[in-house]
Amino acid sequence: MGSITESVSTNLAKKRRSGFTKTLVRVLKYSGVRLVSLFLTVVVGIYMTIMIANMGGYVDQMMKAEISERITMQVGRNPAFQNMDPATRAELAEERIQSEIERLNLDQPLAIRTVGFLRNALTLNLGRAQNLTSDTGSRNVRAIILERMPYTLLLMGSSNLVLFFTTLFLALALSRKYGSFWDKVIIGLSPSSSAPSWFYGIFLILIFAAVLRVLPFGGVMDAPVPKDFIGRALSVLKHLTLPASSLIISSFFYSIYNWRTFFLIYSSEDYVEMAKAKGLGSREIERKYILRPTLPTIITSFALLLIGLWTGAIITETVFQWPGLGRVTYQAIGLYDTPVIVGTTIIYAYLLAITVFLLDFTYALVDPRVKIGGGERPQ
Amino acid sequence: MKNFLNTLRSITRYPAAIFSGIVVLTLVISAVVVVIAIPYDEAISLWRGGVDVWGRNPRNVPPKWVNWFRQEKLVETIELSVEDEQVTIEEDVTSGGTLITTYTFYLDFDYDTFPQDVVLYFDAEFDEKNPFVSAKWITPDEREIKLGNFAIDATVTRPLSQDSDLKKRLDGVNPQIGLFDDPETEAQVPVKGTYQIIFETINFEEDSSVSPDILLLGQVYGWAGTDHLRRDLTLPILWGIPIALAFGLLAALGTSILTMIIAAVGAWYGGFIDGAIQRVTEINLVLPFLSILIMVGTFYSRSIWTILGVVVALSIFTGGIKSYRAIFLQVKESTYIEAAQAYGASNGRIIFRYLIPRIIPLLIPGLISAVPAFVYLEASLALLGIGDPVLPTWGKVINEAYQNAALYRGWYYWILEPAVLLMITGLGFASLGFTLDRIFNPRLRGL
Repeated sequence: MGSITESVSTNLAKKRRSGFTKTLVRVLKYSGVRLVSLFLTVVVGIYMTIMIANMGGYVDQMMKAEISERITMQVGRNPAFQNMDPATRAELAEERIQSEIERLNLDQPLAIRTVGFLRNALTLNLGRAQNLTSDTGSRNVRAIILERMPYTLLLMGSSNLVLFFTTLFLALALSRKYGSFWDKVIIGLSPSSSAPSWFYGIFLILIFAAVLRVLPFGGVMDAPVPKDFIGRALSVLKHLTLPASSLIISSFFYSIYNWRTFFLIYSSEDYVEMAKAKGLGSREIERKYILRPTLPTIITSFALLLIGLWTGAIITETVFQWPGLGRVTYQAIGLYDTPVIVGTTIIYAYLLAITVFLLDFTYALVDPRVKIGGGERPQ
Repeated sequence: MKNFLNTLRSITRYPAAIFSGIVVLTLVISAVVVVIAIPYDEAISLWRGGVDVWGRNPRNVPPKWVNWFRQEKLVETIELSVEDEQVTIEEDVTSGGTLITTYTFYLDFDYDTFPQDVVLYFDAEFDEKNPFVSAKWITPDEREIKLGNFAIDATVTRPLSQDSDLKKRLDGVNPQIGLFDDPETEAQVPVKGTYQIIFETINFEEDSSVSPDILLLGQVYGWAGTDHLRRDLTLPILWGIPIALAFGLLAALGTSILTMIIAAVGAWYGGFIDGAIQRVTEINLVLPFLSILIMVGTFYSRSIWTILGVVVALSIFTGGIKSYRAIFLQVKESTYIEAAQAYGASNGRIIFRYLIPRIIPLLIPGLISAVPAFVYLEASLALLGIGDPVLPTWGKVINEAYQNAALYRGWYYWILEPAVLLMITGLGFASLGFTLDRIFNPRLRGL
């Protein structure tokens, strides 16, 4: 008798253990494959960006021509060289041109430089900018990016977080009042989101800065700079109002509409009817039966929002002269500064890859139907 | 056909759809009318023609119709030509054979502000001896101001604001103000009434002649105002319509059709091709869209066709392809597809004859909703300074306005006109696409 129960219990124990190992193996195998494929994606994406940033070698020619013209003019205008005869001056100019070309590594063929860029980028050795400098005078790309990042994060963070939580909350409230006046208003105003944020930015500048003169045209700080911290903080807040508002307004109504439709679809499910019939309170229904299934999508949205904060809104930042990463990227492109462009892109790529990878695990945690490495993910 | 009519009928149930449909239709018709009325070559020459085309317009002035909303009327741009009926011409031949012609121009001035400038134009024909002109200005209250005596070359343009002698004669006041100012009042208020401008031209030869012209550069001009280069803004405003629509529609169509085909191919063949499409989509997610566009525009070509191509290429492999693929995967399992395979239909035939037509109703609202995004994209690129350098587009106008600090200097019309048109176009298409989406999308039906 005892031996039977013993063997049964050991069999059960073995099953539990092998169940555990099976899951572990499956998860590890899936993670491994996913990591490799994500890494390859990042590599290819970065390489393509590098190639485009160099326009297949065309940028090299342009840079060389620009250097040659600039230095020749410099040497020609320099009063110290006026007494030289043209031949020596030309030689001097040539020397300087050569050394500038060498400084920028333009004498190496493009293929080698691209591989170098790629290797550096992947190891997050962001290198030195070619033409841009940070405000502190450093050419270190990491310093340039770190200097600009807080401003972008402030702008994008404040507007997107406000937008995300407000629209979610309002949409949830709205989904309960399907067909009401506010519902129609939101639906009617949704197409307003077709306009990008800089468009609303221009109108906001027109109304509040040009006509009413209560808010500034752009930038991040008053001039002269206030002496105390509170003054400075308030000044930044004042300058933050218009750009953040334009970012919020441009997505506001459509976001509410989207989430509200989304919640409506989930609240028209049979099990919600069942819960109502059971007599559960509406708060409880919302929490357990509507929010819970929508959680994967909400989390995805939030995660993608977080990494989107990074890139900044290039045009909005330009319109408001906001010193953020978006504007730096734009300036870098204008100055042919590949290291900076690649620097911002690689960080975004890594963030995206990590987020996508982590999301897979989050789905498994949140949605009991999902098994890592097995079957389709809920989209 | 009946299906189509039914769909139309269901669309008309939504007032938003009708309204936005009318807006879209108006835009499309206007685009066609503009392209026919002002052919492309003419538009380009008007937009880039140079001083010959714009020289006779004032600089940075709002449109004529702002005067309807103003108490103090702004001066309009008036040209008095020698062919006008009110100009009186007297001819007199002296004993030496010289021909003295006296032209009297009458200017009715009923405005509360001063013009930007008064420009005298002279067109002369002569062999060797330059003709001579003596010009006088008579105000409505009978004051006579000497404008100057000067010899004339073949063509003379004489902006009175640059005339320092005249300015001295007016006690240091700028001529365009001084010629109109009421000397009785302290403040600068123009005298209203009929001004006379008298030119006495002396021709020393038989066939020589002088043809004078007066241009009053006002504070308003045209239906849309002018920009910093004196260009009439009606041209880019009108021509912006076909360009924006063409770009938006072509980009939306190209993207939608290619997305559809590629999603269908991927879903049908499955396996390696499907996996490859997924990988390419993921790579595309990493690439910075706007940065790449800016890079292509800066380094390669700013032509609108290049930009269009790159935009479509980058827009195909995005979220849309995933949702289409999901739908195709569902459709793939239907029985009629199985039947098609049974009768030996080729893969191509199945994809194009059976799979794709199923998704076209779903495609249309997406297509229309995508148009505003592309229209604004073109305007964004122009705003950043990498728009097409040749074409007169709305984005270009906004870009130039922004670079000339229009908002700061009070030239609001310069930004508002293209912005309002962008908004109408965007809202029209977005509303239409939005409403169509609610009609066609089965998941949204009834919501």
